Amino acid sequence: MLELKNLVFEVPVKEGSSETRRIIDDLSLSIPDDTFTVITGPNGGGKSTLAKIIMGIESPTSGRIILDGQDITDMSITERAKSGIGYGFQQPARFKGMKVKKLLEIAAGKKLPMLSCNEYLSKVGLCSADWLTREVDKNLSGGEVKRIEIATMLARDPKLAIYDEPEAGIDLWSFDRLTETFRSIHDAGNGRSIIIISHQERIIRLADSIVLLQDGKIKATGKPDEIMPELGLARRAASGPACALTEPTRLHITEIPTTC
Amino acid sequence: MAVDLSPIDESLLATIANIHGMPKGAFNIRRDGQLVERHNSAYIEIETKKDNPGIDIRVKPGTKGETVFIPVIVTQSGLKDVVYNTFYIGDDCDIEIIAGCGIHNSSHAASEHDGIHSFHIGKNCRIKYIEKHYGEGEGTGARILNPTTDVYMDEDSYCEMEMVQLRGVTSTVRDTNAKIGARSKLVLTERLLTHDEQLAESNVVIELVGEDSSVQVISRSVAQDRSRQVFNPLVVGKAACRGHVQCDAIIMGDATVKSIPAIEAESPDAILMHEAAIGKIAGEQITKLMTLGLTEEEAEQEILDDFLS
Repeated sequence: MLELKNLVFEVPVKEGSSETRRIIDDLSLSIPDDTFTVITGPNGGGKSTLAKIIMGIESPTSGRIILDGQDITDMSITERAKSGIGYGFQQPARFKGMKVKKLLEIAAGKKLPMLSCNEYLSKVGLCSADWLTREVDKNLSGGEVKRIEIATMLARDPKLAIYDEPEAGIDLWSFDRLTETFRSIHDAGNGRSIIIISHQERIIRLADSIVLLQDGKIKATGKPDEIMPELGLARRAASGPACALTEPTRLHITEIPTTC
Repeated sequence: MAVDLSPIDESLLATIANIHGMPKGAFNIRRDGQLVERHNSAYIEIETKKDNPGIDIRVKPGTKGETVFIPVIVTQSGLKDVVYNTFYIGDDCDIEIIAGCGIHNSSHAASEHDGIHSFHIGKNCRIKYIEKHYGEGEGTGARILNPTTDVYMDEDSYCEMEMVQLRGVTSTVRDTNAKIGARSKLVLTERLLTHDEQLAESNVVIELVGEDSSVQVISRSVAQDRSRQVFNPLVVGKAACRGHVQCDAIIMGDATVKSIPAIEAESPDAILMHEAAIGKIAGEQITKLMTLGLTEEEAEQEILDDFLS
């Protein structure tokens, strides 16, 4: 179980300024094991910052983070990763010279047979075996590198997986596959928890629990049916005050074979 | 190995040429300016030059699937070894050549090896050449490697050259020249690591002389500590041809890197391109690998290893 206790994250208003602005404002939240939580809310509401604080990429100004009863607030990213937290980046880094297979193996923490690698990749719609020897560099499109990022998370199989907007940059076909994958991880019921930051209605509907984050505070939590009305679904064409839901971006659908 | 090689010799040979025991096929192993062991195969003949120190390697036309090893090791401090190795590769060959030089310097005097390699590649060949340079030793003496590589490609051939400086080379000035014939292609990859106060200079001149000839020059380097690197790759298009030069460097510590890729077209049908980039390891790359359980140091090493792989 992940517990966030009175988290505060402040940044200087301007560089060098002593005046600060609160991005996360005294936030407390519990994420039980075996749950699928979607954190949603308007842009600038603190969603990504909160995810980064859980992974250790940002340090909170105050408050504590407890994972399975252990205080991890002062742990490094590496230590948190070893404690079972995984993080899927919204804009994944690229690595010149690193093969996809190598990245999957680093994620898994062991050598992987080709078959396992292909399985992870096919779950994100990258079906050809030659993907394994391609490099995770600038020659990949944004959608491709994003799908590899998600495959990396599948290979890592963390106890607590945090995905920051996994749908961004993913085409519609892969998005279907992606939602199936999230559902199957959740249905496996093996103690794995997923936190997804998303604006996407179909991902939100998959969740056990929705957290609506606004101005660094939890505005509402509950099951999808309870929270959906809060999200301004009826007003989705207009810019709703709470959250403008979006369809996944239609990208690269013509250039990536999606027939596996 | 039948010949008298010390553990240091064997370790150097394993590092630069991946030789464990006696290689199969043709080979010539040189240590401290002297021949250690040589073996010819039915198709590849190695003989000592009559005019200069070094060897002529003659590969019969139609030779396929063979590997020839010509590694050099230097373990004697204060030695300057200059060697001329000339390859005459007949038409229709498909072979691999493993070269390289390892220096173990345990004293204060400089050890130097200058290997001058010439490749005369016939028609319709496929050649892969791998050369690794490496220096080690507890002495303060410099470990100097100044290779010159001259390549002459006839028509319809393909040649891949991979030239690597692993680490430990105090100073290197590398000169690589090639003339490429019609419909032939050269892929030249150079990967260098420098550290401490080391200096590396690489000068490459590729002349695309034949119609539809092409070249790809790929340079990847990592400059650490206070080391200095200078790259001067030049591709000259003299016919309807294609050339691409790409220089990428990761800079660390107080190192300096100068990268000056150049292209010259002497034909209106030459299509030439160059690109160069120098930068440090991005923080987001380190962060990403840390989220996969690597420490900061492991992440940095992983990024460097992959970059130079």
